[in-house]
Amino acid sequence: MTTFVDYSTGEPVVDHKAPPGPVNERWDKRRFEAKLVNPANRRRHTVIVVGTGLAGGSAGATLAEQGYHVVQFCYQDSPRRAHSIAAQGGINAAKNYRNDGDSVHRLFYDTVKGGDFRARESNVHRLAQISVEIIDQCVAQGVPFAREYGGLLDTRSFGGVQVSRTFYARGQTGQQLLLGAYQALSRQIAAGNVEMHPRTEMLDLIVIDGKARGIVARDLITGRIDTHFADAVVLASGGYGNVFYLSTNAMNSNATAIWRAHRRGAYFANPCFTQIHPTCIPRTGDHQSKLTLMSESLRNDGRIWVPRAKGDDRPPSKIPEDERDYYLERIYPSFGNLVPRDIASRAAKNVCDEGRGVGPGGQGVYLDFADAIQRMGRGAVEEKYGNLFDMYARITAEDPYTVPMRIYPAVHYTMGGLWVDYDLQTTIPGLFAIGEANFSDHGANRLGASALMQGLADGYFVLPATINDYLARNPGHEPVTIQHPAVQEALAETQDRLNLLLSVDGDRTPDSFHREVGELMWEFCGMARTDSGLRKALERIPQIREEFWRRIKVPGTGEEFNQSLEKANRVVDYLELAELMCLDALHRAESCGGHFREESQTPDGEAARRDEEFAYAAAWEFTATGEAPTLHKEDLVFEYVHPTQRSYA
Amino acid sequence: MKLTLRVWRQQNADAEGAMSTYEVDGISSDMSFLEMLDTLNEELILRGEDPVAFDHDCREGICGACSLVINGDAHGPERTTTCQLHMRSFQDGDTIDIEPWRASAFPVIKDLVVDRSAFDRIIQAGGYITAPTGSAPDAHATPVPKPDADFAFEHAECIGCGACVAACPNGAAMLFTSAKINHLNVLPQGAPERETRVLDMVAQMDEEGFGGCTLTGECATACPKGIPLVSITSMNKEWLRATRKVAKR
Repeated sequence: MTTFVDYSTGEPVVDHKAPPGPVNERWDKRRFEAKLVNPANRRRHTVIVVGTGLAGGSAGATLAEQGYHVVQFCYQDSPRRAHSIAAQGGINAAKNYRNDGDSVHRLFYDTVKGGDFRARESNVHRLAQISVEIIDQCVAQGVPFAREYGGLLDTRSFGGVQVSRTFYARGQTGQQLLLGAYQALSRQIAAGNVEMHPRTEMLDLIVIDGKARGIVARDLITGRIDTHFADAVVLASGGYGNVFYLSTNAMNSNATAIWRAHRRGAYFANPCFTQIHPTCIPRTGDHQSKLTLMSESLRNDGRIWVPRAKGDDRPPSKIPEDERDYYLERIYPSFGNLVPRDIASRAAKNVCDEGRGVGPGGQGVYLDFADAIQRMGRGAVEEKYGNLFDMYARITAEDPYTVPMRIYPAVHYTMGGLWVDYDLQTTIPGLFAIGEANFSDHGANRLGASALMQGLADGYFVLPATINDYLARNPGHEPVTIQHPAVQEALAETQDRLNLLLSVDGDRTPDSFHREVGELMWEFCGMARTDSGLRKALERIPQIREEFWRRIKVPGTGEEFNQSLEKANRVVDYLELAELMCLDALHRAESCGGHFREESQTPDGEAARRDEEFAYAAAWEFTATGEAPTLHKEDLVFEYVHPTQRSYA
Repeated sequence: MKLTLRVWRQQNADAEGAMSTYEVDGISSDMSFLEMLDTLNEELILRGEDPVAFDHDCREGICGACSLVINGDAHGPERTTTCQLHMRSFQDGDTIDIEPWRASAFPVIKDLVVDRSAFDRIIQAGGYITAPTGSAPDAHATPVPKPDADFAFEHAECIGCGACVAACPNGAAMLFTSAKINHLNVLPQGAPERETRVLDMVAQMDEEGFGGCTLTGECATACPKGIPLVSITSMNKEWLRATRKVAKR
């Protein structure tokens, strides 16, 4: 028997959809070359969309506006609650309203560089081009962005860039953008163009003759397991950060839709590229169920510091200026507190590892607004960050206007996801992945305010153009019936899995296993990774999995509202995905972006990329549970932004 | 701390419900209210009992999923969502009553979980601006005065949790409905549908079985996002204006 680390390398995977030629003409060219579906024929096509966040909500609304019959799913009780709603800071767009030197090319350049040269140039350029249309679209929908007194839109700057291109709605930009998409979707639901299934969770993908043709889903109220058929399936189910147990994701965000699609043949790319966000509220104890982000926009005006001396436990107000170490400003003088997230997180970890961390357990650094309050006045700070300060005060019972905030990095976003081509199609024809669920645009590290941009670019503009081409080329799908063997197999597998979970009747809760695998991942596949640590994790995960199937306890039945069953079923998938993440991290023996391998660093402790060996996206093909997957490499070619060692000094 | 919880248990929509009593121990004041319930549920599962079902998701006060009436108050004693309520608001030895939102338009699904799809249908009736993707002019084509933009934002903050309905003695959804109408009707982009929006949304609200407004003001007191009571007055004004304008046509 081969072990999980004995993976084999298969044929390279290639994106055939991005046309050749100048990068700024590729999207126009692709749209022109893509086949169209006659408007009269669109209503004969059914498209399933899983998820109603920024990507899914905008895609569902736009496909329905085009005339397709959309069947959409979310696990929440309403499409308005998808976790995009929690995004705080803003959304980037190369509008150059500030006249500060911004351009589409600069946003493209910043995103490729910020991603540490592990993203596909064609996709990133398209994202930058579309960014300007997104702002127009959202304003037309009534999204109440922050405005100046003259009535024009306000912008602010964000980590990793030197222009002010981030549009925002106080600290609730994600909420406002999501409600815009939700309202557009609601209009289509009312018009009968979208059949919405809330409180319904996708549990498997149905693949017939090699094409995605439907899903198996469970009604979370009645427990009924049903099949839904379509001509194409779009996964917009978000990222997989909850593998780590503690993250800034919503409690029910999960990896099941993408993992089940992976098991059915969709390649999973760069699973180890996870983003640890530098500004989260530190944890308080073992009861902690999730971590809360404090928007990165706070780094615009807050200054990050720790005491110069180890173990200095004086309260912050008693530490004089010259005994403080504003370490980001010291190490990175030109970007200062606005270095990209991966760099800020690792720097925080380093100072805490040195014993200079603050707060309980020394797992925190100060984010201090004293200078900003002095400079701008308390009123201006309140106007800009009021709701974030309130949130911090509520959670910690400390007043950030008078005592510096304490922050610590936490898992926030996953750059990896299902491998997609330029059309956002996975390796299963007819299966598309958009938003955080795919791997496409952020490389090894995502810049702040780019997730909202990507979700909406994919959903409003990219997918609605590219899915036409697939549907036009596959006009006469045979109707699928429930009797089809592939449908019966998917149904039976789902039912068997749930029955097994209910029948073990062991002595451990789903949460206890989730916590165990999450802690293991944080320790060995978190902010810093080593060969030996990853091997340890890879040894341990199958043991946890084995124990899970022996000791799991799920009360109740499958034919009712059963949150323990939902949870246990998600943990099943985390226990497999975690293994792939560790293998991917192990095989990538370089440091890049959010993936820091201790063996690969520069003499001054920065990430050392190894382009000769690793300038590729790693797309993994599933074989069987616990068995070595097959690696397919997509070589990344940089024609416009030449890889350099990132420097923010 | 050690607490006594009296929790509404109801197997499903058709079953009779009742309050059940549980003891929890070792609760830290740093815990959120929902983490306290997690602790109870972990114990219940291990004892082979059915854990308490409750809606929750983001746990940072923005998704609007969590929805508990705590000691008679929607979202409990602080002006925030249940997920942002911390146990430091309670004392060791307290007895805490935990119930679902109570409103005929929000039927119970199980235990503390209710069906709030009526809110979605109110939005579907007109809580949007018709702007199909691709049709938008440049974002700066229409400047919006800052006071109008701020007014729109303050109403757009509504998270759709339903606390306003749960707190209202009449089970009215006026605050929720008015928040969306005020958000969209003040903006120049929302002007073309200004009348149909308010008329259709209010009609849908009535159809869903929400009660009428008697200006008790409990809704605005319970609202975790601080949507002001005057929002309802603005909606009423919009409705009157729209009714007269449509009658003239």
